[in-house]
Amino acid sequence: MIRYIIRRLLISIPILLIGSFACYYLVSKAGNPLADMRFRPGVTEADIKAAEISLGLDKPIPLRYWDWLTDFLTGDWGQSIALGQAKTAVFPAVTDALWTTGRLVIGAELLALTLGVSVGVLAAVRQYSIFDYLATSTAFLMFSMPIFCVAVIVKNYGIQFNNVLESMGLDRWLTTAGPRPGGFSGSFGEVIFKYTGTFLLPTVALMLISFAAYSRFERASMLEILHSDFVRTARAKGISQSRVIFKHAFRNALIPVSTLFSLNFGAVLSGAIITETVFGWSGMGTLLVNSVRQFDPPMLMGWLAVTATLVVLFNLLADVVYGFLDPRIRLG
Amino acid sequence: MASGGGVVASAPQPDSHEFDAAKTRTQGQLVLRRFLRHRLAMVSLGVFVFLILFAFLGPFVWTYDYEDVSSKSYLPMSGEHPLGTTQVGKDMLALLMRGTGYSLQIALIVAALATAIGVTFGALAGYLRGIVDTALMRLVDLLLIIPQIAVAAIVVKGFSGSWYVVALVLAAFAWMQIARITRGETLSLSEREFVEAARACGASTPRIIFKHLVPNMIGSITVNATLAIAAAVLTEAALSFLGLGVQPPDTSLGVIVLENYGQFLNRPWLFWGPFIVLVSLSLAVNFIGDGLRDAFDPRQTKVRA
Repeated sequence: MIRYIIRRLLISIPILLIGSFACYYLVSKAGNPLADMRFRPGVTEADIKAAEISLGLDKPIPLRYWDWLTDFLTGDWGQSIALGQAKTAVFPAVTDALWTTGRLVIGAELLALTLGVSVGVLAAVRQYSIFDYLATSTAFLMFSMPIFCVAVIVKNYGIQFNNVLESMGLDRWLTTAGPRPGGFSGSFGEVIFKYTGTFLLPTVALMLISFAAYSRFERASMLEILHSDFVRTARAKGISQSRVIFKHAFRNALIPVSTLFSLNFGAVLSGAIITETVFGWSGMGTLLVNSVRQFDPPMLMGWLAVTATLVVLFNLLADVVYGFLDPRIRLG
Repeated sequence: MASGGGVVASAPQPDSHEFDAAKTRTQGQLVLRRFLRHRLAMVSLGVFVFLILFAFLGPFVWTYDYEDVSSKSYLPMSGEHPLGTTQVGKDMLALLMRGTGYSLQIALIVAALATAIGVTFGALAGYLRGIVDTALMRLVDLLLIIPQIAVAAIVVKGFSGSWYVVALVLAAFAWMQIARITRGETLSLSEREFVEAARACGASTPRIIFKHLVPNMIGSITVNATLAIAAAVLTEAALSFLGLGVQPPDTSLGVIVLENYGQFLNRPWLFWGPFIVLVSLSLAVNFIGDGLRDAFDPRQTKVRA
């Protein structure tokens, strides 16, 4: 197992290197970070030349990539060069954004997983029942819904709910525009109350998006197992229905779904990007959108490097977890 | 796919055990029959055709032009403006026709390009194996680790936000799934006798791939191409919604939602209009894909054809 992990990590190093070079090339070709400088009053050609040299733009791209790579690997991720901003360091900006997104995604995915698995199992056990058809059509509808529309709808019903609360003389509970600055204070009950108010809407939006995939996947794998030989044997031996479902089928049907989160990491990420934008959270999504708008190459490279590495790690995690849960799959 | 078994693509044979009644039908006729009998798929096809007419013929019929800003800002729904007007005074229905048109164009181009690239690369990798296989599949791995949405945003920012640039970028990141499926099918198909026979006759690699292998995989290729359309509709809309996709003066369903979702509570029709078009488009394409899957491979479904 350990040898397998090490080998996989070694294989992913060249892929990450080539991928990061491709990204670097693309980002370098996509625009001139000094383009806006020309339009500012009092900037001479000499200033632009000096800025170019200080940013290393006079050097060829492979050389610049090498400089970036060595800096990146030694922990110096560079500074934002977007105009009108204090020189933000890339490393804390990206890690902060990652933490914000992570808090949101982990909760939503856990909820979606629990709900999706329960619905999937029920739909498989009662195949072709009304519940099954209802679950199937809901999942199909959610698949076909654009993520941003789900987020917009959830947000606006949240606002309406707040309005109702207010008309009843209560405080607005649900946060629809970014997390509250600072921590939560007050008694334990109040903290919980504020915490759920802040997280509820974006979590629900993200959860709805992932839920469809989990429930479909769990239903399919549960159906496959329910029709397999060992389940028929268990039934033939006279084992009770609930024992067959929970002891024999359910545990095996969990194996494929347990890797779905890791494999779907890319989709989850883009869902989070959009949800964050709608709800005004300053996570990875907002960071990407702002860095592209202001054209900030160091920030973009930090963003791309972190997400690409995470995708590789999550894919590896999926394979390892699968091999761990299902001894029939030998890794090596 | 090769449903029915032993059907050689270049000379479709009558599939006798499928229908005992004496009439002989070709593989294609059988598939068509099954598809036409798939109720949900036929309804979806109707919706899809309606949306195409709405997008491409609608502008000729409808009174207002999508660029016409002469109406008052934010008029409510009325006989004159069935979906009201936007902030700058454009007729929402006219705008919706135009946006649907661009979204459809983008999605169709993405699906066509992604299928062409995916099938070619996948079949080459699966048929030639060895170093070609390794190289192409590593390329797939490489593209899968870079977030599509980020690269598309950077390219659109750096070059232009025209609708065809968005289509090209999305296509560059949409072919990997089809390539993987095609490769898998090619690996198993190229072991079969008819491929060996073709090779023994001295057929060239392109001929074997496009005359013998691809026709035998046409089922999964068609299904996945359809699903690629649905995925492209949603990806394009998401990208444009973030303001990183199609840029004005071009428009698309995502751009229309972006410009109007702030009116959700005050003028809900400005949000629900594009929303319904977007959802029915992607639902319809998904259902057509499902119907095609059932038609090409009846073993997967319990509904008799």
